[in-house]
Amino acid sequence: MKKDKIGDPLSRIDGRLKVTGGAKYSGEYKLPGLTYGVLVSATIPCGTVSSMDIQAAGKAPGVLAVITPFNAPKVPGYQPGAARPVRGLKLFNDDKVYFNGQPIALVVAETFERATYAASLVKATYKAEPFETDFHKNFDKGVIPNEGRYKDYVRGEADAYKKAPVVVEQDYMLPSEMHNPMELHVTTAFWDGDDKVTLYTKSQGVIGSQRSIANAFGLEVANVQINSRFVGGAFGSSLRTWPHEVAAVQAARLVKRPVKLTLTREQMFTLVGYRPLTIQRIGLGATTDGKLMGITHESHSQTAVYEEFTENAVNVSRFLYASPNANTRYKVVPLNVGVPTPMRGPGEATGSFALESALDELSYKLNIDPIELRLKNYTDMDPERNLPWSSKFLKECYQLGAERIGWEKRPTKPGMQRDGDWMVGYGLGCGAFGAYRSKTQVRIKLTPDGSVNIQTATSDIGPGTGTAMTLIAADILGIPAERISFELGNSAFPVAPTQGGSQTVSSVGSAVHDVCIALKQKLNTLAGLPADNTAEIEYATILQRLNLPSLELTQESQSGEEARKYSMYSFSAHFAQVHVHSLTGIVRVKRLVAVVDGGKIVNHKTASSQMIGGAVGGIGMALTEEAIFDDRFGRYVNGNLADYHVPVNADAPDIEAIFIDKPDPIINPIGTKGLGEISLIGVAAAVANAVFNATGKRIRDLPITPDKVLMT
Amino acid sequence: MNPFQYTRSSAASGAIQSLVKEPQAHFLAGGTNLIDLIKMGVLRPERLVDINALPLRGIEAIAGGLRIGALASNSEVADHPLVLQDYPLLAQAINAGASPQLRNMATVGGNIMQRTRCNYFFDTAMPCNKRSPGSGCGALDGYNRMHALFGASEKCIAVNPSDMNVALTALEAVVHVKGPKRDRKIAFSDFHRLPGDHPEKDNTLERTELIISVDLPANSFNRHVHYLKVRDRTSFAFALISVAAALDLEGDKIKGARLAMGGVAHKPWRLHGAEAFLLGKTSGEDVFRQAARIAMQGAKAYKYNQFKLTLAPNAILQALKTASSLG
Ligand SMILES: Cc1cc2nc3c(=O)[nH]c(=O)nc-3n(C[C@H](O)[C@H](O)[C@H](O)COP(=O)(O)OP(=O)(O)OC[C@H]3O[C@@H](n4cnc5c(N)ncnc54)[C@H](O)[C@@H]3O)c2cc1C
Repeated sequence: MKKDKIGDPLSRIDGRLKVTGGAKYSGEYKLPGLTYGVLVSATIPCGTVSSMDIQAAGKAPGVLAVITPFNAPKVPGYQPGAARPVRGLKLFNDDKVYFNGQPIALVVAETFERATYAASLVKATYKAEPFETDFHKNFDKGVIPNEGRYKDYVRGEADAYKKAPVVVEQDYMLPSEMHNPMELHVTTAFWDGDDKVTLYTKSQGVIGSQRSIANAFGLEVANVQINSRFVGGAFGSSLRTWPHEVAAVQAARLVKRPVKLTLTREQMFTLVGYRPLTIQRIGLGATTDGKLMGITHESHSQTAVYEEFTENAVNVSRFLYASPNANTRYKVVPLNVGVPTPMRGPGEATGSFALESALDELSYKLNIDPIELRLKNYTDMDPERNLPWSSKFLKECYQLGAERIGWEKRPTKPGMQRDGDWMVGYGLGCGAFGAYRSKTQVRIKLTPDGSVNIQTATSDIGPGTGTAMTLIAADILGIPAERISFELGNSAFPVAPTQGGSQTVSSVGSAVHDVCIALKQKLNTLAGLPADNTAEIEYATILQRLNLPSLELTQESQSGEEARKYSMYSFSAHFAQVHVHSLTGIVRVKRLVAVVDGGKIVNHKTASSQMIGGAVGGIGMALTEEAIFDDRFGRYVNGNLADYHVPVNADAPDIEAIFIDKPDPIINPIGTKGLGEISLIGVAAAVANAVFNATGKRIRDLPITPDKVLMT
Repeated sequence: MNPFQYTRSSAASGAIQSLVKEPQAHFLAGGTNLIDLIKMGVLRPERLVDINALPLRGIEAIAGGLRIGALASNSEVADHPLVLQDYPLLAQAINAGASPQLRNMATVGGNIMQRTRCNYFFDTAMPCNKRSPGSGCGALDGYNRMHALFGASEKCIAVNPSDMNVALTALEAVVHVKGPKRDRKIAFSDFHRLPGDHPEKDNTLERTELIISVDLPANSFNRHVHYLKVRDRTSFAFALISVAAALDLEGDKIKGARLAMGGVAHKPWRLHGAEAFLLGKTSGEDVFRQAARIAMQGAKAYKYNQFKLTLAPNAILQALKTASSLG
């Protein structure tokens, strides 16, 4: 019998469905009586809506409802004193406008076109109030967030770098970046009576969505059904339930028909989060032979006036390098903008750009090879938490990457290597991302024909979760992958964590692992064999023999003591080779080698795709992506895909993903640590450092567009 | 998007009459620009007159040149053997624009007529004299990184976004148009206009006139040509600066030169001064550098597009170097 093993390059189990159009996304459910919702956005950044004229819109053909702050049915979870209050913006609950683009009305009509037209007829008058969207101007209004892990951190002495013989002190800027998944955010909602509601919605976590909707409408959790089987990319933008999803449910209740609410691409720039504009200051102090004596990492990033957003921008500087002294400061600046949300490699990607750039600057000051400098400050334990690593193969990452990219060809002085009119340079950027494992339940069912069905409420936003899980189950059960059907993206399935923070394989994979073992044990017992029997048996025949219609098991799996005894991270080293045109300032990433210690690799094929995708995201961060505000109006000027530049194929070079592929002995039974986030963390610094190596120009504010190269 | 009427015309005269009758009617060709503008609420047409059934797709040799029908797709033109043989500059320019999917839909007439990509023009919540005369120029004191260096006015500093137009200017194309009363020819450099006090008018075509074809006169610029486009990503982005360079070389003697720039003015910007300077010179980096300096005379930058004052001459130099095969 053919067997599929962990580590095999299994093609996506839903690949055929996806490329043939058979995969049904949230916006593709043509329910009977379906209606269409279109949002009307505010055109001021702060104030109140003093009145709204919805006459014309209401009379437009096919219009069923126009919901505004003045007539919206109350959402229970939005009300003061709600038993389970909803965090964030409370859409249509009052007349306040906190940011430009905030929805102020929702039109529901028989067709999308009619709803769109009627939305254009809604007229609002505002009482505008003074607003602040200019991050630089409001920099000093930064506040320390409430959450504990963002409080100031000091190990040894604060700002000790200043006293060191060799010092780097620089500011690094990252603009706001938009997730811009290919699939728009769509929610289709319909009610069954007054206490049951079903949603087809773009979600990275159906259990989280279920709870949020239940809280908003004061429903039994079990009475909310969330479906999100296929997700056309998310990168973090669907980690939470957004106000417009609540609005779709609210509208469906009002019109008593299913409502499909689709955001426009322009609305995706304001309503579903983004990576916040951030300015970081790094201070590094070292001895003349390259030993770090102090690291200081400060960060200011923007957040919304109506909700605080925080991320791990400075945390990396606490543990990635050995330094007796390290301190971090983190502040957020509330502005009249939509609230940010984690975006792939969230704060860690932001932080590593600054830290890894500064380290590169230090290497030139010291005249020490950047790899050498990192090795000199390598740490075999986590200096922040004073714990051993569960596993760490970052040294191996440096070595493999250096070999693959041809690091020995890197000029030690910048601006020395040319290829015609192009200047050539090499750069290194490293990253780390926490390896997590959350509690997960999985249900497994074996039928006498030998097929196995597995269900759990995880999501697959693109990495190939179902494929990896199938491979784990096939390996443990010793059966071919074709016999296994894996189902996810449904809140009725056993509880699984949100797909975020690179924890899915570790959490869900471990639960699949455990439930398969439990199933085997049960079958062995049924067959009268010792529970731990390892000899091969045809499980299906046991059911046949015992005349059982099926065998079903649900198992919960979670981390234990080890989570407190060890510090667990994935590590990466990204190597870039760039060409920079001397006359036009154009930067081309020619090669990118991404080496990752992500523990055991379950599926080399999808894992490589994951790494390549993350690297392309990193190239976008380094070279092209930037959401630009006009602070006179508090509006984005490039809120569309023509002017907001995600990298295209031609920007993506030959990208090579290399895995250390050593199982972590601590974290979970399979030894996986996580890849999704780490794939992006460190890429931007690698590219920026390569640009310096090529040109001698240090560009500290991303993206590195031709104008900056030319004018630096 | 507002509801509108739709008519498919089978004859040019009928299409033109539809526009004469209805002041809010527009010709619809590939729709890649027009439909976007309708979706954004920049245009609110009462009727779209689909001209795709008109027999204006042909690309054919004519006495003294090549005739390209207004409805020939950008892809058809860029791939046409006669274009590749005699006007490779045009093929390069077209292929530097948009994406393959868009070039398959986009037509020559529509490309000539495409509106500016100025962000303030596209966003109805911000001021723009071109979209809404008298509302002010959002870009003048705003985010003007993509904006003009030459020929702008206080009313408008937007640029013409087309790549194809830059090559057509350099190649001295002639636009043939048909109006309700008469047909006429417009030299390409007279087709688009500077904004002055009326930025709402992009060009000199009357609203009811239909572009029938674009004629390219025969020339000897089919060997030493280069279209250089500098943009924020490798493909599928509008030009920060683009340069169409064509040289007629005898050995390294410059017998003729054509130069035009994109991304710098409300119209494709022909560099007559630089061309005249190059005439009779020996091709070489120094000469090209001087030509670039001449081309930049009179340039005026704004807050965010200062870099263009450096990038533009560099791009001219690089385009000339590549065209002359110096690298
Ligand atoms: C995302 C994106 C990126 C792009 N990138 C680039 C780029 O990098 N470089 C570039 O050059 N272009 C670019 N374009 C623009 C593209 O080239 C134009 O949209 C296209 O050429 C327009 O042609 P069309 O046939 O689709 O015109 P339509 O949209 O049908 O029409 C445009 C205008 O021309 C008028 N019109 C059309 N035909 C005639 C005629 N025969 N006579 C009179 N009036 C006529 C219409 O009434 C309308 O006003 C891009 C477009 C998009 C959407």
